[in-house]
Amino acid sequence: MPHNLLNVITLVSVGAHPVTGRARRAEQDARAVELGLRLAGKELQLLHAGDPQVEALRAYLGMGLAEMTVLQQPPRADVVPALGDYLRDAGAQLVLTGSQAEVGEGSGMLPYLLAEQLDWPLVVGLAEVESVTEGVAQVLQALPRGQRRRLQVRLPFVASVDNAAPEARQSAFGPARRGQLRPQDVAVVEDMLLEEARLQPARPRPKRLKVIKAKTGAERMKAATAKASAGGQVLTDMTPEQGAEAIVTLLRDEKVLR
Amino acid sequence: MTDSLRRDPRSEWIARNRLHPLHASMQPLEASWVGPSGLIRKNPHVLGFAGPNGLKRIDRSGAQQGGSRQRARVDAAVQLPLHIIEQPAFHIVVVPDMVGGRLSSHDKDLFGLANTLAGSEGAVVAVVFGEHKESAFDTAGIDRLLHISSEAVAGYSPEQRVMMLRAVDAQLAPRHWLIPDSRTGGGELGRRLAAKLGERPATRVWQMADGQCIGRAGAGQQDLARTAPRLVLAAAECADPVGDTRHEVRAIELEDVLVHGAARLDNRGAVAVDPALTPMAEAEFILSGGNGVRDWDLFHQAARELGATEGASRVAVDDGFMPRDRQVGATGTWVTARVYLAVGISGAVQHLQGIATCDKVVAINQDAGCDMVKRADLAVIGDSTAILQALIDRVDALRQGGIRDAA
Ligand SMILES: Cc1cc2nc3c(=O)[nH]c(=O)nc-3n(C[C@H](O)[C@H](O)[C@H](O)COP(=O)(O)OP(=O)(O)OC[C@H]3O[C@@H](n4cnc5c(N)ncnc54)[C@H](O)[C@@H]3O)c2cc1C
Repeated sequence: MPHNLLNVITLVSVGAHPVTGRARRAEQDARAVELGLRLAGKELQLLHAGDPQVEALRAYLGMGLAEMTVLQQPPRADVVPALGDYLRDAGAQLVLTGSQAEVGEGSGMLPYLLAEQLDWPLVVGLAEVESVTEGVAQVLQALPRGQRRRLQVRLPFVASVDNAAPEARQSAFGPARRGQLRPQDVAVVEDMLLEEARLQPARPRPKRLKVIKAKTGAERMKAATAKASAGGQVLTDMTPEQGAEAIVTLLRDEKVLR
Repeated sequence: MTDSLRRDPRSEWIARNRLHPLHASMQPLEASWVGPSGLIRKNPHVLGFAGPNGLKRIDRSGAQQGGSRQRARVDAAVQLPLHIIEQPAFHIVVVPDMVGGRLSSHDKDLFGLANTLAGSEGAVVAVVFGEHKESAFDTAGIDRLLHISSEAVAGYSPEQRVMMLRAVDAQLAPRHWLIPDSRTGGGELGRRLAAKLGERPATRVWQMADGQCIGRAGAGQQDLARTAPRLVLAAAECADPVGDTRHEVRAIELEDVLVHGAARLDNRGAVAVDPALTPMAEAEFILSGGNGVRDWDLFHQAARELGATEGASRVAVDDGFMPRDRQVGATGTWVTARVYLAVGISGAVQHLQGIATCDKVVAINQDAGCDMVKRADLAVIGDSTAILQALIDRVDALRQGGIRDAA
């Protein structure tokens, strides 16, 4: 059910294919677009800060949208001020972002900085918007291990989505061709980080070894031959009820029994 | 350990062997010597040795040398040296995730990193929110503990916690903030704090030394190397945990706590999710069945009743009782459940590999000698059908009782 009166803006970036490194639509941003499409339908607005010539941006338009606003920014610019100004003026009620860019620093700070700049609340890991009534949205937040938490938050707010959000629909070639990228000139703020920081190919991290801090040969021998687990409690010769009781106690201690 | 006194042939041999490095320490205490006034003094306690029946024997032939001293028992629990920082020159503040109220291994790695950064001058401060169940803060390397248990920060309350942390920042002016870059809270809290403090954090940091740090960038294909900022969100295994010192865990207080402004996120609590739909690799609680399950309908009922995600051993899958995507183990799914309840699974290596990272394993099995029982933290020996039935009844009764209590 699209909330037709909701003004949703999804921020999109250019991703990179994990194997070939070719520019593509970013996985999480595409999910954010999908979520936006479910909320606002064709009224969804797309916003990108960067180079309007990048063809990969059209993949988002191919998801069924006619146009996208592009705030023109050079490669090494801090896009947060420009995005913040635009969003405030655009009267957005819900701003959706991915949780981490696929190229560049990828610190995942953008939604936090935007929320701070706009002084709006931030929902991290939005999975679903359940309802919007009188300017208050009831949303589900994705937690690790497939869990969900229900939150209520006043509009307008910023939300980041991660891989728990609905899977993005396919991008169709025709609409992607026909869609319009509308560039806008905005002020540029230089990002100073890359003055001193270096991007380098990722070094594989070594597997952590089991470090044995034994001082004597006997201790080393013991550490090498001992079983990892010292063995737990074994309950024999008891009725099934007693056994079940012990299991339930453990499950309740671990708080997995709800 | 028995208390019976035994001869130790090895130490006797060392005591006889003057070239052995431990020879000096094995020498018997002097039994008689010439005192300062020229009198001969004797110490009868060190004479002789304990015989096999525990009685003291004195060998007067003069041949006896070693073994006269009773072997000191090695204390099982070694007391690690205490690391004391009286006047810290600076602070390194760590905000652990405390998943389930205990320090996670990720948290401990961060404390290890914090201790290398603190050296011998700085103090490592842990900020812990809400109730906890941890009892080993000292060996994790925590010099100061700031425990904030106020009502406002209970449960999911990132905005209030950030306010508290801002007060901590003003009070201690830490040299570094270290926060786990995890999905269990630290990643969010750290970024919120960074935005609030206006610090640019280094994220997914996996190495930090000499004022430099390296973290993953982008989708993980690149690393970003930079000078270490004040706020660092570190990945798991960024350093080795503290292992050979004890720390004071001295409690400190937050001076002025002013949490103002209503929370803008209103937490309406956890939502019941269908455990059957959670991917098995992520599930928190798995009920897994093997060849020892006789009644599969009962098994499914138990899974529903307990709210557990279902898993299976390969035999159960091959026999057609469970779908292929439910197989746990080397050729199936590697699970990360916190609690893994294995019913009638013998614990073949291929299966145990798949549950290597599970925290608590519970086994229900007929065979007390099988490998799953050895791996388990709690094993109940008996027939699977009877125990599953009892388990269902018990949980049922509990639920009924819970409802009655609430009413
Ligand atoms: C290349 C290879 C890969 C494999 N990969 C996997 C894998 O990924 N995952 C996997 O699980 N296996 C795997 N296996 C198979 C594995 O070696 C074992 O054969 C299998 O795990 C055994 O399953 P089980 O424990 O259910 O059955 P069994 O070994 O038959 O054990 C049944 C257990 O149930 C107990 N029992 C019997 N009746 C009852 C009762 N009434 N009440 C209570 N307990 C009872 C028995 O005491 C026994 O311990 C692999 C094997 C190979 C060769």
